[in-house]
Amino acid sequence: MGQFTTGERDFAAIILIVLAIIGIAMAAAGRADVLGIHGAMVLLYSLALLFVLFSGAFGTPPSPARLTRYYDDPIKVGVGLTLFWAIFGMFVGVWAAAQLAWPSLNFDTSWASFGRIRPAHTSGVIFGFGGNALITTSFHVVQRTSRARLADQLSPWIVLFGFNLFCLIAISGYFLGVTQSKEYAEAEWYADIWLVIVWVTYFVLYVRTLARRKEPHIYVANWYYMAFILVVAILHIVNNLAVPLSFAHAKSYTVWAGVQDSMVQWWYGHNAVAFFLTAGFLAMLYYYLPKRAERPIFSYRLSILSFWGITFFYMWAGSHHLHYTALPHWVQNLGMTFSVMLLVPSWASAGNALLTLNGAWHKVRDDATLRFIMMAAFFYGLSTFEGSFLAIRPVNALSHYTDWTVGHVHAGALGWVAMITFGSLYTLVPAIWKRERMYSAVLVEVHFWLALVGTLIYVFAMWNSGIIQGLMWRTYSPDDTLVYSFVDTLLAMYPYYIARAFGGLLFLIGAIVAAYNIWMTVRSPAAAMLALDEDLPVGERPAGGATPTPAE
Amino acid sequence: MPELMHRKLERSATGFMLAIIAAASVGGIVEIAPLFTIDDTVETVSDMRLYTPLELAGRDIYVREGCYACHSQMIRTLRDEVERYGPYSLAVESQYDHPMLWGSKRTGPDLARIGGKYSDFWHVAHLNNPRDVVPESNMPSYRWLGTTPLKLADLPLALRAQRAVGVPYTDEMIENAARDAYGQAVPDSEQSSGVTERYGEATQVSAFDGVTTNVTEMDALVAYLQVLGQLTRAAYENTAAPEQMPDPDN
Repeated sequence: MGQFTTGERDFAAIILIVLAIIGIAMAAAGRADVLGIHGAMVLLYSLALLFVLFSGAFGTPPSPARLTRYYDDPIKVGVGLTLFWAIFGMFVGVWAAAQLAWPSLNFDTSWASFGRIRPAHTSGVIFGFGGNALITTSFHVVQRTSRARLADQLSPWIVLFGFNLFCLIAISGYFLGVTQSKEYAEAEWYADIWLVIVWVTYFVLYVRTLARRKEPHIYVANWYYMAFILVVAILHIVNNLAVPLSFAHAKSYTVWAGVQDSMVQWWYGHNAVAFFLTAGFLAMLYYYLPKRAERPIFSYRLSILSFWGITFFYMWAGSHHLHYTALPHWVQNLGMTFSVMLLVPSWASAGNALLTLNGAWHKVRDDATLRFIMMAAFFYGLSTFEGSFLAIRPVNALSHYTDWTVGHVHAGALGWVAMITFGSLYTLVPAIWKRERMYSAVLVEVHFWLALVGTLIYVFAMWNSGIIQGLMWRTYSPDDTLVYSFVDTLLAMYPYYIARAFGGLLFLIGAIVAAYNIWMTVRSPAAAMLALDEDLPVGERPAGGATPTPAE
Repeated sequence: MPELMHRKLERSATGFMLAIIAAASVGGIVEIAPLFTIDDTVETVSDMRLYTPLELAGRDIYVREGCYACHSQMIRTLRDEVERYGPYSLAVESQYDHPMLWGSKRTGPDLARIGGKYSDFWHVAHLNNPRDVVPESNMPSYRWLGTTPLKLADLPLALRAQRAVGVPYTDEMIENAARDAYGQAVPDSEQSSGVTERYGEATQVSAFDGVTTNVTEMDALVAYLQVLGQLTRAAYENTAAPEQMPDPDN
C-alpha cells in the first residue's frame, strides 16, 4: 500500500473506521446470537487493516511516475490469498472425504461434523480459491490487454480485502452453524449484502479500467470477465433475497418457497458453475494460453460463437438438477434441451484452445505450465460433455443423488478450474515479480503429475461408486422386489470413499508444492535482464510484443 | 457480416455489457416467472398444515447441521424410489418450505416420508450415535443436541419472519410460539392443548427426547423428522400410492 497518497490513505482509513463501527454494532446487537461473533470478527479485521495501513503510511510520498506503470501490488497480495484458500479449501475437502470413510474423524464435535465442513470446503475452494484467482488474474489481464493501469489505487484493495472478508464471514459461519442451506449460496444475509457492495466496487473498477484502454477492441478474455462480474451479481441478488429474524440475528428465511425456490436455487447453482467456474476461467484460458504458447488464438469466430452460446444457453440449464421432481415437466424439458445444446459452445471453446496449440505441441511436452493449461482445456471438454450427458433425463435417473455428480463436479473443479488456475499462476508469478522463470521447473512438473493422478483417482473412484450405487438402488429380484437395502449400497461405497480421499490428498499435496515454489520464486533475486519498459501500459511498445490479440 | 457487427460491439464496453445482460436474462425469465403464474404448478389441497414452532425450530437445526448435504427430501417419479421411500413428492408438500430442502445427494436415504416410520426413541438413539442402531452407518453423531436447550425466546421472531415471506401464521400462533413449542415437547402440560388447537388434531405432542423437564434441540429435530411427509395426505390420495401413510400412533 506504499502507493497511496495522503488523500487515498485517509479515505481508506474512513472506510475501515466505518467498517469497524459496523462490526461493533453487529457485536452489540447480536451479543445473544452467533451474529455477535461475526461482529467481533469484522471489528478485528478492520482494525488489522487499519494497522497495516498506518504502519506503512509514513514513508516517502509516492512518486507521480507510478501512474505510468501497471498497478500490480494488489495482484501480488491476491496470489498469496489464492494459495492460502487453495490449501485451506482442499484440506477441508480431504478431511470431509475422510469423514465419509471414517465418521469418527469429526472428533464428536459439532463444528467439525460433515454437514458443517462440507460447505466450508465448497465455499473455500469456489469462493476462496476460485474467487481470489479470478479477481487476481482479472486485475492482471484487464491491464495488459487494455494497456492501461487500473483506474484507481484504492478500489482494487477494497475489492480484494472486501471479498476476503466475505469469505471469512461465510466460511467461519458454516463451522458455527450459520447457513441458509442453499448450495454454494450458504452465506447469511449480512455477508450477502456485504458481497453486493464489494461486487459493485469491482464492477465499477473493471469498467473504468476498460474505459482507459489504449486498444480500440475489448479482448475476448475481458468479455468473459465482464460476463462473470455481471451475471454473478444478478444470480447472487435474486437467489439470496431473504428476511432475517431481526437485525440482531444471523438467521434468515429466503423469500422463495418450495418448487419456486428449487428452480431459483438451481438457476443460481448451475450458473454459479457457468459464470463463476466457467466464464471467469475461460477468461484465464484466453489470455494465459496464447501468452504461454506464444501463438494467437486459433479462431476469432469460434471465440464469438462460444462466448454468446455460453452466455445465452447456460441460463436455461439449471432445471436439469430437478429431473423427475415436483418441478413441472416443461421446465425440466427446457433444461435438458439447453443443456445438450450447450455442448456446442463448450466444445467450441475447448477445441479453440487445443487447436491454438497446433505448432506448439513440443512446448506442451517440455513445459509443465503449458501442459497444465492444455490439460485444463482437455478436462473442460470432458466435463462439459459429461454435463450435457448427465442432463439427459433417463441418464439423470441413474446418476442423480449419487457420487457420479460429485465425480462430474470434481472433473470440472480439479481438472479444469484448478489446473487452469495453476497454469495461469505459473505464468503470472514470474511476469509480475519480474523473474525470468519459476524457482523450480521440476517442482512444477511434480505438481502437474500429482494434480493429474490425484484428479484421475478421484474421478474414477466417484464414477465407479456413483454408477454402482445408482444401479444397486434400482436392482430388482426375479420376483420383482428391490434387492438391496440402502445400507447395502452404502457398504459398497467404502472402498471408493477411501480411494477418493487419497486422490484428493495427492491434489492437496500438489497445491502445497505450488505454494512453496511460488514463495521461493518471489524470494529469488529479480532478473536484471528483464527491462521494466517492456511491460508498460503507455508509450511505444517494442515491435513483436507477445500480447495476445484476437486473431486478425 | 455478423463478424463485422461483433467488431463494432467489441468497441463499446457499455454496449457489450447490455448485450450480456440481455442474453443472460432470457432463460431465467422464461423458466422462473411462469412458476408463479401457472396455477397447477403447486397442487391445491385442503388438509395442508403448517409446521408448529417446535417443528420449525427442528427444521432450522436440520439446516444448521447441513443434513441436506447427505439426505434428499424429494422422492422422484421413478418406480424404485416410490417402492423404497413411498409416494413421489408433490410440489404442495414443500409449499411452505423456506428454503426447500429437496437436496442433491443421497449419502444417506431420502427423508421426505421418514415421519412416523420409526419411533421417537429410535431417532434419539440414532442421532446420539448412528452406529448403535445401524452399525454400517457413516453418519456423524449429534450427541450435543440432547444437552442443548432450545432457544424458545427466538421462536415468535422466527414465525414472524416466516409470515413475512408468505407462510400464513396467525397473530395468535406468533404470540404463542414459545408456549406451543414447550407444550408440544411436554405432553400433559397446560400448554399442550394449545398446540393441537392451533395446528390441528394430527399434531404429535410427545416427549420426543424422552425427557419432559426441558425442551432441547433434540426434541425439536425429532419433532421435525416425525412430521416429514405428514403435513398433508395429498401424495397418498392423488397418486397410485402403493402403501398407507405411516401412522405415528402405531
